Amino acid sequence: MEYLLMIYAEEGGWAKMSKTEQEQGMAAYTAYTEALKKADVWKGSNRLQPIATATTVRNGANGKPQVLDGPFADTKEQLGGYYLIDVTDLDAALSWASRCPAVGHGTVEVRPIWSIARSAAS
Amino acid sequence: MADNENVELARSAAESAARRSYGKLVAFLAARTRDVAAAEDALSEAFASALTDWPVNGCPANPEGWLLTVARRKLIDAMRGRHRHEVAAEELRVMAEGSEMAETDRRLPDQRLGLMFACAHPAIEAGIRSPLILQVVLGLDAKAIASAFLTSPAAMGKRLVRAKEKIKQAGIPFAIPERAELPARLDAVLEAIYAAFAEGWSDPAATDISRRDLTEETLFLARLATELLPNEAEALGLLALMLHAEARRFSRRTCAGEYVPLSKQDMRLWDAEMIHEAEELLLRASELGVVGRFQLEGALQSAHVHRRRTGAGNWREVVQLYDALLAVSGSPVVGINRALAVAELDGAEAGLRELDDLAKDTRLGEYQPYWAARAELLARAGNSRDARYSFELAIGLERDEAVRKFLLQRMSELPN
Repeated sequence: MEYLLMIYAEEGGWAKMSKTEQEQGMAAYTAYTEALKKADVWKGSNRLQPIATATTVRNGANGKPQVLDGPFADTKEQLGGYYLIDVTDLDAALSWASRCPAVGHGTVEVRPIWSIARSAAS
Repeated sequence: MADNENVELARSAAESAARRSYGKLVAFLAARTRDVAAAEDALSEAFASALTDWPVNGCPANPEGWLLTVARRKLIDAMRGRHRHEVAAEELRVMAEGSEMAETDRRLPDQRLGLMFACAHPAIEAGIRSPLILQVVLGLDAKAIASAFLTSPAAMGKRLVRAKEKIKQAGIPFAIPERAELPARLDAVLEAIYAAFAEGWSDPAATDISRRDLTEETLFLARLATELLPNEAEALGLLALMLHAEARRFSRRTCAGEYVPLSKQDMRLWDAEMIHEAEELLLRASELGVVGRFQLEGALQSAHVHRRRTGAGNWREVVQLYDALLAVSGSPVVGINRALAVAELDGAEAGLRELDDLAKDTRLGEYQPYWAARAELLARAGNSRDARYSFELAIGLERDEAVRKFLLQRMSELPN
């Protein structure tokens, strides 16, 4: 099954880190990505630009799409990146999530991907 | 006449197969697709078929195998009906694989423990784990479970459906966790079994039939856990604890339904066989060299039984066991029982001081055993005025009529 590991963390934390700490942080993520690839479970991953760059589109007045400056929700921790992995079950996904460097400075939400095969079965 | 007999025979054969095999069949049918609800539907149709087929054609030699074959056919039919999509082929392949497995190995592999681990998975809301196990492993219906857990059948039904959906959609495996994860995950399973047992136990007079069944059923589950994990000390400890509690069931009430505290119980009413089995289990557990909550609680029960049987005061040992239990559980409830043991050892005032320390935990304000313990110790210390206040709170918070009467009696005995 495919799972999306969504990384939520306080964006401000990164800027407060020293250059060495930032380098170590990057290295941890690089190593984690490599480990996922070696285990042949990695399907994709990306880091996102800060929420200051976010723009939101939603249904506005008169049913016309409305474009808004800023993120969908103002939260203490923001979605900062994700990993898409393909593993046998939730336990395997949780085991990978627990190794993600994000657990040290934020939260990882694990969500199964809505696959066509499974939705057809339900 | 003969027909009626056949129907009766078939019904009782089906019922006994249901009791013995329900969880095994659900676990097997749902292991690959993780679709517990579909497996249960197919199985209940298979039981219905058995009730019409068996009286006519006689009970099959292998009822479990018969039920599995029919249930699998129903499951495949249901899948075919539901989607024309090509992915159906994949699921059918999985099903066929399962059928080969069952036929080569005539004995059905027992995946009930895996199913219990799925039900008590950390991804499943803690409050529904216990009801979920009762339903999918034992086949209890939502109505019986709801009555035991004092909620409405509709609400319980909805929560059970949601939990099963989560198992399927989130891909929760039916598996025994890896060594590193096992202790914590097993705790959750044992916790869920114990919660169901405690619900049954809270009605020792067994006036409520659905609750009485629950005690038997949960003993079955605890036994199953020890059979499937014979070297897990906590599983042994839980079964020992439950057997000790169950062994004294009939001594906890008089014929008139009055509550009898442990110190006044008639030991002739205790089930010696259950106590013996519990003691053996505790011995086995202690040889495994791991100490945990259930083992300690079992040991405490054992100490109480030993004291009553020999008349020798062992309160120091009891306090030590509570100390150890407090260290692993940190529960204020344990602290209350510990305070009562301290009172036996060093007097009521010493026990009251322990209770005062606990009172910092605001959760205890509405906790009945806290007020009952406090009332008892204040009465013993001769402080009738404060004892009366505590008795009133304890009585007001109690939901068991027999205990309420017992406390009212104790309160009326207070000197003015």
